[in-house]
Amino acid sequence: MNITEKILAKASGKSTVQPGDIVEANVNVVMVHDLTGPLAIEAFKKIGVNKVWDNKKAVIILDHQIPAESVKMAELHKMLRKFAKEQNIRLYDVGEGGICHQVMPEKGYVEPGAVIVGADSHTCTYGAFGAFATGIGSTEAAAVFATGKIWLKVPASIKFNVEGKFQKYVTPKDLILNIIGKVSVDGATYKSAEFTGATIRKMSIAGRMTLCNMAVEMGAKNGIVEPDEKTAEYLSSKISKTSDYGWLKSDAEAKYEKNIDVNVNDLEPQVACPNSVDNVKSISEVGNVEINQAFIGSCTNGRIEDLRVAAQILKGKKVKQGIRLLIIPASQEVYSQAIKEGLIEVFTDAGALVCGATCGPCLGGHIGLLASGEVCVSTSNRNFIGRMGSPEAEVYLASPATVAASALTGKLTDPRKLEA
Amino acid sequence: MKAKGKIIKFGKNIDTDVILPGKWLSLIDPKDLAKHAMEGLDPAFPEKAKKGVLVVGDRNFGCGSSREQAPLALKHAGVQCVIAESFARIFFRNSINIGLPVIECKGIANAVKDGDEVTVDLETGKITNITTNQSLQGTKLPPFIMEILMDGGLIENLRKKMNKK
Repeated sequence: MNITEKILAKASGKSTVQPGDIVEANVNVVMVHDLTGPLAIEAFKKIGVNKVWDNKKAVIILDHQIPAESVKMAELHKMLRKFAKEQNIRLYDVGEGGICHQVMPEKGYVEPGAVIVGADSHTCTYGAFGAFATGIGSTEAAAVFATGKIWLKVPASIKFNVEGKFQKYVTPKDLILNIIGKVSVDGATYKSAEFTGATIRKMSIAGRMTLCNMAVEMGAKNGIVEPDEKTAEYLSSKISKTSDYGWLKSDAEAKYEKNIDVNVNDLEPQVACPNSVDNVKSISEVGNVEINQAFIGSCTNGRIEDLRVAAQILKGKKVKQGIRLLIIPASQEVYSQAIKEGLIEVFTDAGALVCGATCGPCLGGHIGLLASGEVCVSTSNRNFIGRMGSPEAEVYLASPATVAASALTGKLTDPRKLEA
Repeated sequence: MKAKGKIIKFGKNIDTDVILPGKWLSLIDPKDLAKHAMEGLDPAFPEKAKKGVLVVGDRNFGCGSSREQAPLALKHAGVQCVIAESFARIFFRNSINIGLPVIECKGIANAVKDGDEVTVDLETGKITNITTNQSLQGTKLPPFIMEILMDGGLIENLRKKMNKK
């Protein structure tokens, strides 16, 4: 069996499973946020049970629209706080946490071998730690609150074997955009995307999170990387006592529906052009694309490693007049670290607006929405019509290096060519 | 369990951001969500869907965000069933969980056009275009999923099961 099959077998009390089997898995952690939590709570109340199955295994994170930008959102936040208090569930409030997919591992909810479901499609991010993690809806989250279980179809798996060394300013974001461009937005629908190979073993946890985060953009049920010493090192600073889920790895003879080899040696910075995440081109092929806004942040690329790359490019320079650069650290912890390292000063000196940890413009909820006809280059994960505001605006997806370089020139720019 | 109505057809990769734009996610009442159904592609959709319609999509219908507000908006706008070449998995699960019938059917995108009168038999998976007198076979849903749909959604299904215990 491969790692995904092993986790699902273990979680459902079976010795073996194969793709297509439907299993009832025990859930180790369930997460909802401020846009999916309210519906989950309303549904939970209709089930007729008083208490969640395990209050230590449910987490609520306010992140999409914080601090509340409207009275409506303030009411929803209030409702979530009330539910968390009644149920004695941990809620990460404004100023404590940040974007759910960054906060979950930071606060020690993510471990190898665990089954984690979250009412957010990018829950697949936690596969970076060797967990099985997938997105669900609000009603299903309510059912998990009540039962601690979920039915899952064991997915067929695609193995991405990644070799080679990234050029300077070419990043895991460029790799995953390249992969999605190759397999298309439904190329991995219902499947597991397992990332392996020498490049992945050398890759930071942050980079692995970026890869797994965007697995859903090719339709995958989960993205996953086998845990290793890098995983252990990250977890040792977050969790005092790890659970016994097992550090599972894929067998040498494990079956995959497809094997896809990727070499990153010659990979250029990649850009996903409007309005589809698989409309991917190398930066040298996109031509002259002038921008109005640049955004660095989101659960895809708002980590300290991403901010460091951006700061390296922005240091001592100014964002081009007329261009707005928004930088949003993915969590309060990332924000504090960025302050300690002097990155925030680099950003403000460059003329960027740094906002508190939130999903922000990524989903067009609040902060940094686009007007009709405007163009944004963004480190986030979706460039759908209307995603970041006006349906007549356009979003290009790229790495933090490419976005930072583009903010300096006012047009899509290859970060490798910027340095004088 | 059957659904019947006129077809409103969409293309490939219809994402949940166009089905229900992010700016409306603070709405809780399904009736309010329904007013914005498919707003990203056709703001007149709720008016067209009012009398009860079937939505047809091409590949990967409902991709993107896990927002359950997307199928909720469609259901309450008057959509009786969504038929597509294929679905994104979270949208598919969400639809069943809120009691909106969904069925996969290869060839559907070319077999119907806007305004065709179509019936769907969820139990057998048979889809009939009354206007053109053509039938297609969709993928039957497994019995435990049919049971959730028959109960009107996952919460009702779960409540029933828990009461039995």
